[in-house]
Amino acid sequence: MTEQTIYELSQPGRKGFAFPEPDVPSTPLPQEFERESVRLPELSELDVIRHFTNLSHLNHSVDGGFYPLGSCTMKYNPKINEAVARLPGLANTHPLQPIVSVQGNLYLMYQLQEWLQEISGFDKVCLTPAAGAQGELVGALIIKKYHQDNNDPKRVKILIPDSAHGTNPATSSMSGFDVVPLPSDARGNVDLEALKTHCDDTLAGLMLTNPNTLGLFDEHVEQVVQLVHSAGGLVYGDGANLNALLGIIRPGDVGFDIMHFNLHKTFSTPHGGGGPGSGPVGVTQALADYLPGPIVTIIEDGDEENPPFYGFYTPEKTIGRMKAFYGHFGMLVRAYTYIAMHGPEGLRDIGEKAVLNANYLMKKVSEDYYLPYDRTCMHEFVVEGAWKDIPGVHALDIAKRLMDYGFHPPTNYFPLVVHEALMIEPTETESKQTLDAFAAAMKAIAKEAREDPEMLNKAPYTTPLRRCDEVKAARDLVFCCWVPEE
Amino acid sequence: METPKALKYTKTDEWIKVDGDEATVGISDYAQDQLSDIVYVELLVDEDDTVTKGDGIATIESVKAAADVNAPVSGTILAINEDLEDAPEKLNSDPYQSGWLIKMKLDDPSELDDLMSAEDYEAYNEEREA
Amino acid sequence: MYTPHTPQEIEEMLSFIGVKSIEALFEKVPAKHRFPQLDLPAGLTEMEVAAELNEIASANASTDDFISFLGAGAYNHYIPAAVDMILQRGEFYTAYTPYQPEVSQGTLQSIFEFQSLMTELTGMDVSNASHYDGATAAAEAANLAYHTFRGKRKKILVSRSVNPQYRETIRTYMNGMENVSVLGDEIENSETFESFMDLIDKDTAVVVVQYPDFFGRIIDYTKLVEKAHEAGALVTYVFNPTALGLLKPPGAFDADIAVADGQPLGIPLSYGGPYLGIFTVKDKYVRKLAGRLVGETVDEEGTRAYVLTLTAREQHIRREKSTSNICTNQGLMALAATVYLSLLGKSGFKQVANLCYQKAHYAAEQISKLPGFELAFPDTPFFHEFVIKTPKPVNEINLHLEHHWILGGYDLSQDYPEMENHMLIAVTEKISREDIDDFVAALEEVTHD
Repeated sequence: MTEQTIYELSQPGRKGFAFPEPDVPSTPLPQEFERESVRLPELSELDVIRHFTNLSHLNHSVDGGFYPLGSCTMKYNPKINEAVARLPGLANTHPLQPIVSVQGNLYLMYQLQEWLQEISGFDKVCLTPAAGAQGELVGALIIKKYHQDNNDPKRVKILIPDSAHGTNPATSSMSGFDVVPLPSDARGNVDLEALKTHCDDTLAGLMLTNPNTLGLFDEHVEQVVQLVHSAGGLVYGDGANLNALLGIIRPGDVGFDIMHFNLHKTFSTPHGGGGPGSGPVGVTQALADYLPGPIVTIIEDGDEENPPFYGFYTPEKTIGRMKAFYGHFGMLVRAYTYIAMHGPEGLRDIGEKAVLNANYLMKKVSEDYYLPYDRTCMHEFVVEGAWKDIPGVHALDIAKRLMDYGFHPPTNYFPLVVHEALMIEPTETESKQTLDAFAAAMKAIAKEAREDPEMLNKAPYTTPLRRCDEVKAARDLVFCCWVPEE
Repeated sequence: METPKALKYTKTDEWIKVDGDEATVGISDYAQDQLSDIVYVELLVDEDDTVTKGDGIATIESVKAAADVNAPVSGTILAINEDLEDAPEKLNSDPYQSGWLIKMKLDDPSELDDLMSAEDYEAYNEEREA
Repeated sequence: MYTPHTPQEIEEMLSFIGVKSIEALFEKVPAKHRFPQLDLPAGLTEMEVAAELNEIASANASTDDFISFLGAGAYNHYIPAAVDMILQRGEFYTAYTPYQPEVSQGTLQSIFEFQSLMTELTGMDVSNASHYDGATAAAEAANLAYHTFRGKRKKILVSRSVNPQYRETIRTYMNGMENVSVLGDEIENSETFESFMDLIDKDTAVVVVQYPDFFGRIIDYTKLVEKAHEAGALVTYVFNPTALGLLKPPGAFDADIAVADGQPLGIPLSYGGPYLGIFTVKDKYVRKLAGRLVGETVDEEGTRAYVLTLTAREQHIRREKSTSNICTNQGLMALAATVYLSLLGKSGFKQVANLCYQKAHYAAEQISKLPGFELAFPDTPFFHEFVIKTPKPVNEINLHLEHHWILGGYDLSQDYPEMENHMLIAVTEKISREDIDDFVAALEEVTHD
């Protein structure tokens, strides 16, 4: 099942959209800059709609089926979010309008800052970062500037557990730090002894994902934080897995200094086929002055009759601007709506059900798959997608075969600390029936692996395409489609 | 897995073949197998560059991994294998011959004493597999 | 709210797990911090939250209420209804990064088509799957150049007529690099660029210019490009995508990197985001390109297929050795631009660019006839934005205009202290001749006060 490209569908002279004729006198173009034409496709509106509708049918999505992609929190995206983000009064505001004309936007952003602070236990939140990775960059640059301002430039080392997402080390080196990997102990926690050996006066900080990518809550998290603090370092929390902690514990209370939120994971803003994300950052009071701007604040207090008047400020020692304007406002509207609908009880319900679902599914799946860290998990868990006595079957085969059963595969080959990893995150919005069906498919695949391993090597069979040749793509580089000559 | 006896090996999977005070460097059969299908080789050095033992001399990319290749000894680069730009798969198919990466002139042949023999390297690989 | 569990199912699940209560699953969480009482308003129903958001929205006045002449990096264009209809398909917006090509061809092919459209638009060789926005794309361009020279060239030259917010973002990103200096802000803004060009030397990694520039001017950078290339440096064009409907593309000027904010291509203003970072390069920089890239291949049966490729550049494989930490792209926004350009097509896209150009020129001519108002750069061609010298401070004028439900132009003195009484005015196809005449009449009143 394939779809032609927009250029293949193009017919010379066909039109899909017309603008009104000019209503002003004509001014000639500057000839030296004029281009002849842009080779864009020529299609009718129906051609375009049918093309993209057909393409959409080739995707697996949360709306279409279970999507247990570990560490991505593929929960249901409520439809009301989409409706309110499109309200013309919000969607059609220009970012440079006078602030008096956008007090609604600023109120919403201010409330969201306050709510994220309350949920996480941090003192100040900045909404601008465009995605989690950019939130991490904010954090790393804050750590850097903080030590510089304390005349402590020899702190060049960032510790990163070996189970961390790739963005953590990438961010650290992008910020000019030396990255030192930290091993995990046998229970999947940060190895305290290894940590101690690095706690010296060159330590800038630690980036810690908790629960970590094994889905495990670090049993010594308070000790870890304390060790880093007493060595003069700061602790950055990767908030990728915050879903498990909603209403359960606040990272700020545990002593983390900085953390980013992934609004597209925890707070239900849609993943959009890869983005946009949104990665606000929270910090302690001591670091609030380093945040990037602009941040919303109350410029004039309100009274019984008038609401407060909101405006922007940029902190004094700021690390600088991260992007144009104020962050992914459309995503902020969705996250605001989601939190407003949940309240304290609803948020705790999310954390609890995410963890309940993961533990239930872990117990079911581990009947047939090896669970390297066998203890209560948080929102996700990792099993090995291979068996010692079936050398021909790999995690990739299991992942691909799951598609034939109608499921999106789990994250595979990550985290790196587990051999042939399959990382499964069901999220709280999935029902027991869905989890049972997925567990049954995993069981059936384990059986197939024993009975017909070669069959698994060729899976999937029922998807729009069979296994794709990634080596060819990387060797014969083709990044653009055929375009008809003029 | 092939491990030619006449070569010396490093813990980071480079091989070196010495001929007088000149040497050829590449990556081992074991390394190419671990990386799987190699799709790109970037040589980080040019002729006449001087390198110190441990310096990066190339980056190798497969579809699932990226690896750095380091100079096994110090010296001056005499030649680089420009064919690899268009045919990176030679590193998979022929790692010890046409898949060579650089030729270099040695500064200090005694540095070779720190490298592993074929037997030691095979034992080292077995240890890693276990 | 969206958890489907019935009390009976919860019991069954807990008993299968072998614990007595949900609370028992959290024993490893430090007890003294466990289950905090969050001080948040109680949850609302959908009906209540819809009413609340309506109320918030009504506390704003939008570009639907105003006639808007604001641009300066975000543009009020018409978005065909079909664009958002496609974006609202759950198959697109509730999918994630297409890691599994067999069940993600919809996303992959639309990104591949986005890449194709971007290379056609810019005249460049390769486009990636997008960055966060124009500002971060510009910063990643500097990052790419820095890494191309393996950190040996320490100067990043950024013209002062590049969007001020982009310049700030580039500076922030370069803070992480050792001893890199970002220069250009100290050079007086001139039309010849001679003193800026004098900064180019063998230590320069990249020269960043904007086209049309922040003041809307169409500038011929040919000499600057030549000089940069002679010094071995790269050149980055920050462009406006709508302008390329009429103007020669960055590729025609031998740019090495061309970046833009793609918001004008069918993406709502949405108070500044999410927008779309367009990132295109010459072939030879493809392996230094940060961000996702879709390539064509075949499946096992030889059917054409698309996959994410050259992933070994990226953070999830290269970790601390990757040159950028970028992970997400702006997938859905790239889809918006793809649908927008497919729908407008060859003729529609040229039409919209021409409308912007014609209307902006009519507005400029009418405003410059007013006593006390004149074009700041009368001899330089412009696209759909231009700078007017005003007889009074811009904020005063804009306050007056607001009473007429007109959003005046951007006050340039905020970023350029020497440009007191300089207003940057943007005109798009959504502005009618009557709107322009009303604007001119309202401006004229200012001189009477």
